[in-house]
Amino acid sequence: MLFQGIGAAGGSFSLVPWVVFLPVLGLLLNLLIGKRLGERGVGWIASLAVGAAFAVSALLAFSLMQHPEAVRVPLFDWITVGDFSASWAFRVDTLSVTMMLVVSGVGTLIHIYAAGYMHHDVRHNGEPARYTRFFVYMNLFIAAMMILVSADNYLMLFVGWEGVGLCSYLLIGFWFEKGAGEIANAKAAKKAFIANRIGDFGLLIALFLIFWNFHSLQFDEVFRQAAGAQPWVIRAITLFMLLGVAGKSAQIPLYVWLPDAMAGTTPVSALIHAATMVTAGVYLVTRTHVLYSLDATSQSTVAWVGAATALFAATIAVGQYDIKKVLAYSTISQLGFMVAAVGMGAYVGGMFHLITHAFFKALLFLAAGSVILGMESGQEVAYGHGGHGSSAAHEEFDPQDMRNMGGLRGRMPFTFWVYTIGSLALAGIAPLSGFFSKDEIMVAASQMNPAIFVILLLAVFLTAFYSWRQVSLVFFGSSRTRAAGAASENAPIITVPLIILAVLAVLGGLINFPGVNTLSGWLEHTLGALPEAAFNPLIAGVSLIVALAGIAAAWLSYGRQTATRPNRLDPIENNAAPLFNALAHRWWVDEMYQAVFIRPYQAIANFLAQVVDQGLIDGIVNGAGVVSRAAAQGVRQIQTGFVRSYALMVLLGVVAILTYLIVWRVP
Amino acid sequence: MVPASYYLALSAALFVIGILGVLLRRNALVMFMSLELMFNAGNLAFVTFARMFGQLEGQIFVFFVMTVAAAEVAIGLALMVEIFRSKHSINMDEINTLKG
Amino acid sequence: MNPLILTTFFPLVGFVVIAFLGAQQKALIRWVALATSLVTFLLSLWMLAQFQVGPAGFQMNTGKLVWAIAGNAEISAAMGIDGLGLLMVLLTTLLTPIAILSTWESVRERVKGFMLFFLLLETGMIGVFAALDLVLFFLFWEFTLVPMYFLIGMWGGERRVYAAIKFFLYTMAGSVFMLLAIIYMGVQSGTFYLPDLIANRAQFAGVQLWLFLGFAIAFAVKVPMWPLHTWLPDAHVEAPTAGSVILAGVLLKMGTYGFLRFNLPLFPQASVQLAPWIAGLAVIGILYGAIVSYAQHDMKRLVAYSSVSHLGFVMLGIFALNLQGISGAILQMVNHGLSTGALFLIVGMLYERKHTREMEAYGGIWKVVPWMGALMLIVTLSSLGLPGLNGFVGEFTILLGAFGSQAIGSQVLVGVATLGVIFAAVYLLFLFERVFLGGMRHAENANLLDLNWREVAMLLPLLILIFWIGIYPKPFFDLIAPTAQNLVTLVQSAPYSALLGH
Repeated sequence: MLFQGIGAAGGSFSLVPWVVFLPVLGLLLNLLIGKRLGERGVGWIASLAVGAAFAVSALLAFSLMQHPEAVRVPLFDWITVGDFSASWAFRVDTLSVTMMLVVSGVGTLIHIYAAGYMHHDVRHNGEPARYTRFFVYMNLFIAAMMILVSADNYLMLFVGWEGVGLCSYLLIGFWFEKGAGEIANAKAAKKAFIANRIGDFGLLIALFLIFWNFHSLQFDEVFRQAAGAQPWVIRAITLFMLLGVAGKSAQIPLYVWLPDAMAGTTPVSALIHAATMVTAGVYLVTRTHVLYSLDATSQSTVAWVGAATALFAATIAVGQYDIKKVLAYSTISQLGFMVAAVGMGAYVGGMFHLITHAFFKALLFLAAGSVILGMESGQEVAYGHGGHGSSAAHEEFDPQDMRNMGGLRGRMPFTFWVYTIGSLALAGIAPLSGFFSKDEIMVAASQMNPAIFVILLLAVFLTAFYSWRQVSLVFFGSSRTRAAGAASENAPIITVPLIILAVLAVLGGLINFPGVNTLSGWLEHTLGALPEAAFNPLIAGVSLIVALAGIAAAWLSYGRQTATRPNRLDPIENNAAPLFNALAHRWWVDEMYQAVFIRPYQAIANFLAQVVDQGLIDGIVNGAGVVSRAAAQGVRQIQTGFVRSYALMVLLGVVAILTYLIVWRVP
Repeated sequence: MVPASYYLALSAALFVIGILGVLLRRNALVMFMSLELMFNAGNLAFVTFARMFGQLEGQIFVFFVMTVAAAEVAIGLALMVEIFRSKHSINMDEINTLKG
Repeated sequence: MNPLILTTFFPLVGFVVIAFLGAQQKALIRWVALATSLVTFLLSLWMLAQFQVGPAGFQMNTGKLVWAIAGNAEISAAMGIDGLGLLMVLLTTLLTPIAILSTWESVRERVKGFMLFFLLLETGMIGVFAALDLVLFFLFWEFTLVPMYFLIGMWGGERRVYAAIKFFLYTMAGSVFMLLAIIYMGVQSGTFYLPDLIANRAQFAGVQLWLFLGFAIAFAVKVPMWPLHTWLPDAHVEAPTAGSVILAGVLLKMGTYGFLRFNLPLFPQASVQLAPWIAGLAVIGILYGAIVSYAQHDMKRLVAYSSVSHLGFVMLGIFALNLQGISGAILQMVNHGLSTGALFLIVGMLYERKHTREMEAYGGIWKVVPWMGALMLIVTLSSLGLPGLNGFVGEFTILLGAFGSQAIGSQVLVGVATLGVIFAAVYLLFLFERVFLGGMRHAENANLLDLNWREVAMLLPLLILIFWIGIYPKPFFDLIAPTAQNLVTLVQSAPYSALLGH
């Protein structure tokens, strides 16, 4: 029973639990003997653990090529109560293996990069002992993400779902004593967790609905019965699930946590907040495509949420100066593309963009990390090794602020090239990977919903614009600070993963090259036959031209930026200050949430705690005490202390009883 | 032979004298003696009724009462000695520390 | 010898030994108390080994040993145990040695009295979970009050007397109604023996609403259900750490245990009838406790209000009146004992170091106490119901059951209850952030000591169970299943099932 179905397909499917066990093994090793191993050993173990998980995933992919049908590998029972049952069971199909490959593949590269990056980072932050902890968290993340993508039922998926949220919390708050007011990082971590929890609430309700209507949480079982369900049930399930998607994949209205999550170190931003975790929502919708396909209203809701997010976040990205914040909003925007795609039923397009985005956005984040490291080293060269945070100049200097950069092309040529490749891929310039995946989404939009097509086209323009704005501000022009002038290129452990990712960002389009459609064919085994998103030269041409126009506009605005004054260098800021102000303040959404949700919640909490609980409810309780005390106060007056008056009372009592007996009771 | 009613009247009179003594006198010793008077009024009534109905229980009960009274006197006098030692008085109106 | 009786009364052996020791032999007294509670724990494990998983009904039943007759009613010394009782006894015997260990350095005065009361308390608590006779149950129930009253009143914080009296009177007041109901039932039926009463429950059908309420008020105070909860924060804040651990870990469970053991099987119709109302109060408790927790400055107060929220989940599960709800509720009783017990232990450790429970006095101390921070994080996550840890299994099962419950009959209500998982994250992460994260707000905190071996030994068993129940709860559900199934069958049995149809 346990390994039924595996025997037929060969042994390698039974390896699937190892995609979870290996990272767990890595983190346990590091936890127990990490201190003795030293940084090098810790980095090796963590990277090897993820690399081994990648090898297992590749093996699974290989087996799937021969045997493309889904295989279920149950491990053991988890929760069984009455007719409810959910087990720890893995699912190997083309969709889950695709995700496994992305997670462990990109994950391995980022782990290697992080082994070099964190060496600098822990020293820069003055706490070298925390190096091990970082890799424990990272391996934990990979394990949780693997649980998420390899689950065979919604409950196990939910374990991974919240597990990655936890790792995100831990890694955003990794430098929990840093940030504005020494608390900003911790607060950003909390914000991420709570925003995700709001989404998880939706997912939980969806799970309840699924169980009570289909009496199972197992994927096949749910999908098998889906067609027979009432329409409102399907709609409720999919819409509550959308709330979960909005939380995890940073869509409107829950996206606000992702920009703050940039408080995490750069490898974290690359792995969790760009390449893998945030795409879990896209994966969830794709996984649940059977239900979504049954309800057009839910589908279009998903598509509209994605499209709105794509445009909205892209506008904000234009007004940011923090190199990582730009990438954060860019990620939100690109996730919007993916969500819009899966909302329109273009599941392959969504997954395709998920994969290419993982490549080029991870590349961009890691390259940004390289820039930041370069700036920090430049800062130390320019101002001397003044110790960490001891000098005032060091405190004020922000190595992530693009206004402090400029002209890094000459100082960091290598980083410049990979960054440019990443940006062009993001902008969707042919023949880089982003072009093909984005094109598939645009084709789907043009067929399904012209309004969404227009919105996405606008987003494409803005994407190209802010991408090139960033490249211009960081690498072109002349250096605007002494630190930028002294920045230097990084060691191979940082740059080698960048090369690999750059190659992937260039060639990623081959995964689903028009006409060949490898990915479509691959995913068809899981998703069933889907409408083919045929390559449309017209659409491709239009979106390419729009993207090039964006780049041109950015080049005209920022390309020959020679200002040596770091502040007020943005032409939009100079010419349309109110607009730029709105963009820079992210349309004041955070402030709005603060005023509408957070402050009232605090006020209600205080009101309930002080007035209702201590005042009213406890007042009644203590009031009962006061009343009985007051009553006693009255009665105690009888207790005079004079024996003779007591005797009199006794006498009167006896007389009264006797009178009663004689007069009424004696016949 | 003296009629039973005479005994009962005497008993009632003794009892009332006892009550008045307890209620009106302040000296603890006198109050005590009044209590004894009430006991014995009761005893007298017991004996009278026993004789009247020709039953032995009443007489036997008197012995119980006398025993209890003796024990009570022993404890009561001991208490009074203690009270006098600490308060230097056995005036019951001065002893009201158990006031509520 | 019946292992149940041995387990119940073994703490009294230690009680007698300590009674003969001199008050100055503090170390010896501590060791004797610890050894006694450890042996009791081993005895309860032996009981577990003897316990047959599967058959419903009470095992190790002493039978009806009649020891008094009141009027026409026989009072018996019947004791016995099922899966529910066994889990509660195990929780008690596990938490007691841990609690005793927590007093090693914090209780220095009147150690002898403390340990005497503690061992008495243990016997009382086990007795509550083992008694099968209503009068015997009531005796144990009231009996636990006395040692706890003194533990709070003599070894507590500044307002200990106020808190102790409030605790005592509040619980007593609630119990009066239960006593009335018990007497009525005994006089009517001539027995206080629970299985007999359940078999003949039809004779109370006419007045069962009143009898239900009589029991329910006593139990609701103990749980505590909103709005009868205000004794809890005061008692928790003033109690010594060991007292808080036992209070949260075991005493509160006596309330929910009572609902399961008496209200559901004895008054099924009233249970069905009142289920929506009680579920409503439970949901108010869930949200109210969570929101009010967020407004606290005192760590212990925060955890105390979180208990109101967590026990709200348990009540919701019980009155879902279906398998998932009841099983989840029973498991969550265990979970809450573990997680909240551990939370109080860690708060107590901080208090021992700094002598304040104000969150304001800490901040950023994860840097100096990495292990304490890590364990606190795990316990916090368990408490907020992170999947993979114990809290989630209980909460999810409860909510799942309640969502499909015909007795509660409102998916919207349960949906609102599910909001509790968001609020739980808000106040628990707030606690963790205020105390452990951020920069060091107070320079003197740089000298805080990390966990010592004694403290690790206290937390380790709880952590193991937190992970165990989170990943492989099957053995626990296996223990629970017969009891839960039995309860569901009893509630849904013939004359009442019609009501569930609505």
